[in-house]
Amino acid sequence: MAMPRQSTPLAWLRANLFSSPLNTLLTLLGLWLLWLVVPPLLQWAWLAADFVGTSRADCRSGGACWVFVREHLPQFLYGFYPAGERWRVNLGIGLLLVLALPLLVPRLRQFRRGWVLALLAYPFVAGWLFYGGLGLPVVPTARWGGLFLTLVIAGSGMAAALPLGILLALGRRSELPVVRAVCTVFIELWRGVPLITVLFMASVMLPLFMPAGVSLDKLLRALIGVAMFAGAYMAEVIRGGLQGVPAGQVEAARALGLSYWQQMRLVVLPQALTMVIPGIVNVFIALFKDTSLVLIIGLFDLLGIVQAAVTSPDWLGFTREGYLFAAAVFWVICYGMSRISRRLERRLDTTADRQQEMA
Amino acid sequence: MTEPAAVFEHVDKWFGQLHVLQDINLSVGRGERIVICGPSGSGKSTLIRCLNGLEPHQRGRIVVNGIELTDDRRAVDRIRRQVGMVFQQFNLFPHLTVLENCTLAPMAVRKLPRAEAEQLAMDYLARVRIPDKAHSYPGQLSGGQQQRVAIARALCMQPEIMLFDEPTSALDPEMIKEVLDVMVELAGSGMTMLCVTHEMGFAREVADRIVFMDGGRIVEDTATAAFFEAPQTERARQFLGQILAH
Repeated sequence: MAMPRQSTPLAWLRANLFSSPLNTLLTLLGLWLLWLVVPPLLQWAWLAADFVGTSRADCRSGGACWVFVREHLPQFLYGFYPAGERWRVNLGIGLLLVLALPLLVPRLRQFRRGWVLALLAYPFVAGWLFYGGLGLPVVPTARWGGLFLTLVIAGSGMAAALPLGILLALGRRSELPVVRAVCTVFIELWRGVPLITVLFMASVMLPLFMPAGVSLDKLLRALIGVAMFAGAYMAEVIRGGLQGVPAGQVEAARALGLSYWQQMRLVVLPQALTMVIPGIVNVFIALFKDTSLVLIIGLFDLLGIVQAAVTSPDWLGFTREGYLFAAAVFWVICYGMSRISRRLERRLDTTADRQQEMA
Repeated sequence: MTEPAAVFEHVDKWFGQLHVLQDINLSVGRGERIVICGPSGSGKSTLIRCLNGLEPHQRGRIVVNGIELTDDRRAVDRIRRQVGMVFQQFNLFPHLTVLENCTLAPMAVRKLPRAEAEQLAMDYLARVRIPDKAHSYPGQLSGGQQQRVAIARALCMQPEIMLFDEPTSALDPEMIKEVLDVMVELAGSGMTMLCVTHEMGFAREVADRIVFMDGGRIVEDTATAAFFEAPQTERARQFLGQILAH
């Protein structure tokens, strides 16, 4: 709308909320709905809520019982990870946050080579920290849980899905018929099966096919299943990006004498991946939320452990608090990812606007 | 004379059923500047795209600098190191700065250290008169500037032969001259050049020979002056009449 800039709040109100009888009606309807919902919610979640205490006996005011969440917080965050060893989880997650810094601070880009090496080393360091061995007491994966487990599954899924997706997408566009066929079948197979089925297969079927005496950790099996599943989706997102790179780019790279992998690494992928950042983050967010499904194979992620807590005999009846907490944590992390993706997109945009923005 | 820079011997090429190059015979001497012209669809671009293996040919021999162009990847790679190419649509890499566009292949293919590659790039950017844009992105440049960067990028590989595929066809009229000026200067430096273009003024000024193509064949291959003064074939006369009329 080409309207002159509003000078007063009153004029803004009139122009935006009460410009016609219908708009006035809709505005009033909206206000009424807000009035119905917000005050009771505030009353329940905050004004009449109980924040301090140690047991359900301390929740008597009739509002939300945040004592429940507070009491269970360590469990929600770490599952059944031994209390004395939780520093290892904190350290591992902290390391990851440090590693993520160069994504947000452009000035750190000069350490790119070291950063890539650190990224490659991270899964091993984290695996050692979390699982133990080599001087650290072993914490079996059955005791991992809560937000920690959610982050492990989602994090390793993302870390594996991106390179797997890139390779599958390149393979599906390969000129070699065998490579193309293998990649296409792989992608369509994994995409065509619900994640729940994949997890069931990983936990129930896979051991049947293993040679006697060989057993893979249940969590590890789930991780592999999730990674394959997400990789197949990722491949299709990235293939979309590859198709968006003009053929002339490859021709120019070939004419300059670049090998196939150099063409892909230096010319095609940087452009393709930048183009599909929103799609990649979409897969990441879906993956993050889908981790809740591991509940059905007996792993307790954040949602699973909240669910277990709300059904424990001592704390029956605090379903709302528990689920609201879980939803809030999921939302904060997903929204965070979405913000990071927006920032990355803006930074990687090399069109003319950027110079103006920076000038 | 020493061995020619490039030779086509009885080259044929098909796109499916379409016979796009028919019995092409062409020898390019060292330092020679050849302009290839002809109506659209006559196979001019395909011809020069075969020379560096961007398009495979199905029959005949193409020899560049003594290396025969075959399915062998190493032969193709060696030839591409010696042959620079400039495209109608520039094809600069939009995610890299001008300088990075120019240093990419020297560093990745010729394994030059960064400092050396950047020095080389700045030299060539100065030659195409655009050194001040080294840290801009292609999207921030005009078409003429982009094409000059593309020429510098190809020159940074220090090729023996330069191919130009209608380098001014995608440019606004006021930018054609700045690109042609750079090409004229390059021609003056003794570079072997094969240039597909409709710019007859440029052809007359720098070309040693004109190759006229029609329907996938080389119809005429004569010295520049002879071509413009007295084309041998009716088809070339028609073409010249049309292109010089306006």
